[in-house]
Amino acid sequence: MTVARKINALHFGILLFLLICFFTLPAYHVGALSRIMVLAIYAIGLNILFGYTGLLSLGHAMFFAAGMYGLGLSIKFLGVSVVLAFGIGILSAAVLSALVGLLALRTAGVSFMIVTLMFAQTVYLVVLYFGEFTRGDEGFVLQQAERMLAGFDVTTEAGRYFVAFGAFSICLIGFSALVQSSFGKRLVAIRENEERARMLGYDVWRYKLLAVIISGTVSGAAGALYALLFGYVGATFASVQYSILPLLWVLLGGAGTTIGPLIGVAFMFYLIDASSAYTSAYMLIAGLALVVLTMFAPRGIAGILRTKVSPWLP
Amino acid sequence: MEFGPHLMLASLEGAVIASILVLTAMGLSIVFGVMRVVNVAHGEFFMLGAVLAWYVSTALGGHPAIGFAVALIVAPLAVGLVAAVSDQLILKRINYDPDRTIVGTIGMLFIIQQTTLMTFGPEARPVEAPFNQRLALPWFEFSEGGLQMIWPWGLSITSYKLFVIFAALTVLVALWLFLTRTKIGLIMRATQQDSETAKAFGVPVGTVYSCVFGLGAALAALGAVLVVPIQQAHYLMGADPLLMAFTVVIIGGLGSLPGTVIAAFLIGMSDGIISVFFSPTLAQIIATFLVAMILVFRPQGLMGKAET
Amino acid sequence: MTIKTSNHAVSRRKALLGLGAGASALATTGLMPGTMGFAQAQSSSPIKIGFQKHATGIGAAYGRWYDATTTAAVQRINDSGGINGRPVEIVTEDDGTDPSRGAEALEKFEKQHSCDVAFGTLFSHVVIGSAPRAAELKLPYFVVSEGHHVASGMLNRYTLQPGITDVKSQVVSMAPFIAGNLGKKVTMIFPDFAFGHDHRDFFTQAIEAQGGEVVAKIAIPPTETSFTRYFPSIPRETEVIYHVMVGPAVLTFVKEMGEFFGPSRPEIFGFIDSLEAVGIDSPGLEFLEGTYFWEGMPRHVQGNQSDVEKTYRAAVGCDDRGASIDDPADVSTYAHMFGCWETLNVIKAGMEAADYQGPQDRTKLIEAVEAMTDMPESLDHPQGAKLFNGKTHQVFGQQFISKVVDGKLAVEHVTTIEEGLYEDEVDYTTQPF
Repeated sequence: MTVARKINALHFGILLFLLICFFTLPAYHVGALSRIMVLAIYAIGLNILFGYTGLLSLGHAMFFAAGMYGLGLSIKFLGVSVVLAFGIGILSAAVLSALVGLLALRTAGVSFMIVTLMFAQTVYLVVLYFGEFTRGDEGFVLQQAERMLAGFDVTTEAGRYFVAFGAFSICLIGFSALVQSSFGKRLVAIRENEERARMLGYDVWRYKLLAVIISGTVSGAAGALYALLFGYVGATFASVQYSILPLLWVLLGGAGTTIGPLIGVAFMFYLIDASSAYTSAYMLIAGLALVVLTMFAPRGIAGILRTKVSPWLP
Repeated sequence: MEFGPHLMLASLEGAVIASILVLTAMGLSIVFGVMRVVNVAHGEFFMLGAVLAWYVSTALGGHPAIGFAVALIVAPLAVGLVAAVSDQLILKRINYDPDRTIVGTIGMLFIIQQTTLMTFGPEARPVEAPFNQRLALPWFEFSEGGLQMIWPWGLSITSYKLFVIFAALTVLVALWLFLTRTKIGLIMRATQQDSETAKAFGVPVGTVYSCVFGLGAALAALGAVLVVPIQQAHYLMGADPLLMAFTVVIIGGLGSLPGTVIAAFLIGMSDGIISVFFSPTLAQIIATFLVAMILVFRPQGLMGKAET
Repeated sequence: MTIKTSNHAVSRRKALLGLGAGASALATTGLMPGTMGFAQAQSSSPIKIGFQKHATGIGAAYGRWYDATTTAAVQRINDSGGINGRPVEIVTEDDGTDPSRGAEALEKFEKQHSCDVAFGTLFSHVVIGSAPRAAELKLPYFVVSEGHHVASGMLNRYTLQPGITDVKSQVVSMAPFIAGNLGKKVTMIFPDFAFGHDHRDFFTQAIEAQGGEVVAKIAIPPTETSFTRYFPSIPRETEVIYHVMVGPAVLTFVKEMGEFFGPSRPEIFGFIDSLEAVGIDSPGLEFLEGTYFWEGMPRHVQGNQSDVEKTYRAAVGCDDRGASIDDPADVSTYAHMFGCWETLNVIKAGMEAADYQGPQDRTKLIEAVEAMTDMPESLDHPQGAKLFNGKTHQVFGQQFISKVVDGKLAVEHVTTIEEGLYEDEVDYTTQPF
């Protein structure tokens, strides 16, 4: 098999596996997987920027929140259809990421981290400041009746799973195509050696801006999806914690790999889920696991696979 | 309150915030400058300092000054030791790789937080200040009878808060002398500037790193001991100082200690003063946004050298 | 969905496996046709109540005491024969004081533990984030949050608050006392998020109805850790300060307020939320002497202590100052945690009224609770008599106003239930299940 075929087979296999999961796993895990897939889209969003372009953002919660509030507020106050609201959510994230990109890309490295962190903090405070509309930290509920996606009820287990699955499939396949395209290869070239990429005549700044916008928009789509599928919009999702989490997922799963985000989210979810069944001190276990993992799996879980099993992993 | 006295009060408060911030940020700045790693657990070292201060002062009892004085020595030492050990156990073995350090220190953050929750508990616990007199402050006003001294309603500070400002300045001077006048300080600075060359000259870089990591954590703990009579020890109190200190270090310019001091002063003061003019949340929005914009237009930070 | 039913069958079988009824009994019931065998098997199996606990995160101090109260209440219920002759079992899941974790906890209750009902938690964002899942899972969700979210109509038919009065009612009932005894010009200091905004909006209306006015509203960002610089915005004409800060920084807040005013302070009225789990005699709080607090239930034993209060206090393990009997430094969240005790008793009463047998009777349980009205003061309701509004799913009770005298919270005034009533904003009973 050629590398491209292997990659496609791998992604197809993962999607098939997720599909089989729905029909075989107990109801609890079906629900958990819906959540994991949505959050994996968020992690994919961050991975485009961090894993492939080498720009570490500590403020991705603002894009997630932009999608979430774009969808939530337009349903709540404009009464638009879910499809349109979803579009508004994605558009909000796209516009915000373009603005942030234009400003923040004047910086690099640690300064980029801080600038994105501060912008995200500003967005978080703005959500609180307009509490009259957003209900601040408390947030608001999208009623079941308001969550019909073009006649399709997303509040049932099956509805939720298949919407999450569909969106995740689009993202995984699109993401895989992106990183294998010449565009994706140029992003990696920028990550590896920005100076050299510039010498080769690439408009580095333009590529980085596009990466920020794509990354922010995908994260925003995850936010909108989260609000739609789980019926809740709140400021918690704009807080620093939700900027750190996707970074953790990506690093755990394997930065700069296509399957890393999903692995990272699932690993973290089930690590906490499983350990909390045995002890109330599951954070301790999670902490120890992170320390051990970073010591023995330097490039994340997919990184081990790449070095030990299949060097062709995208 | 009148505008003048209000501004004065806000400036004094800003100075107190800046004083605590400068100690926390200096710790992070040294670590960041020398080791080039983002220590996400730095805020937890701060928290540990505050929690230890509570344990020490509760265990000793007697006059609050006794417990406070002992905590001032014990807490930074203990926290510094914990940090140095974790450096040897974890960070050293992952070669201070930037990405892995983030994951590793997030792991440390979880471990420290959960351990504190299980031992110290979820409550916010106060530590009594060694002394705490309210000092009413005067204000001068021009009126028909010339310059007049008045005592505006509410314009005051406490003796302890003045002490915090003074203590932070003392520590800064001591740190400055330590880094510039002692051999260990010299070695640290040499390692910061070029660890490869330092190694070639026989500097035990590994040990230096552990010392630096311990010193950084100790400074955070020291800041926490100073702050805990004003705020309270709580197991989640580390997040805010981490973000603030991190910001200060970058705004100041990576690896520039004077830059860190200036940035801490600037951010602390602006935090206080902007609140005079806007409603509290709006003031924070503006302050946060301005900090971001400083970096947008001066990416290398205030005192950093532009990368070429 | 066919899938879903088969999953239910699996979880039901698991529930049966967990009976400890012995392998042979299980085989017999498994072979018995119809529902008879199922009902019989279940009659001795425990009623499972999923408890969302703030074990970690910002709400952990509340979580610990909510847990202690819940355990005590369940022990009392079990000692007196359980519910419908079946023992009650609490299944605890940490919600991390996080809305998304809260929703996951509900999923676990329903799908992993086969709980009969879920029972919850304090922080509003966790309740609001969880409630949609409760409705989708068709899992009755009893909350002890004091938020106005239930009665405002934001949530759904599966979410009820029968154990604690909501913030709107609390605030409204405070206004007559403040205007009549403390002063009419009020400055409000509150956290700049939804909980604070509820206080701001409801109190402003209520005090105006009493002929008073709010002269300044100072909203503090929730991330704030120092407060002195905000106090100059308090107008000089202020007669009463109304404060309701939450979170670990509140001690700083109270302390700095004392330092700001020095010897010349206005009257001060606060919500004890600020100082739950904190000793009123902590260093730095001397300034609170002579100020007033709302209390959901008096933390310190009063002269006229009732027998039920005495029994309840002993059951939850609190001394005369509302601290743990084992450790006087471990102060409880006494003004709120009674809500857990009372909610569990409402669940029991509801299940008995509905002759609850299993998850198929959940809607009957909700209807039974909706039908409740008067709840007289008793050991089931030690905080005092209550009035439940089945349409809004919200309970109303008396409120206490205490004054700090010699480091003790002494009750000055008790409001009536009527003072806290307001017009219905929703009728959940018209919503389909």
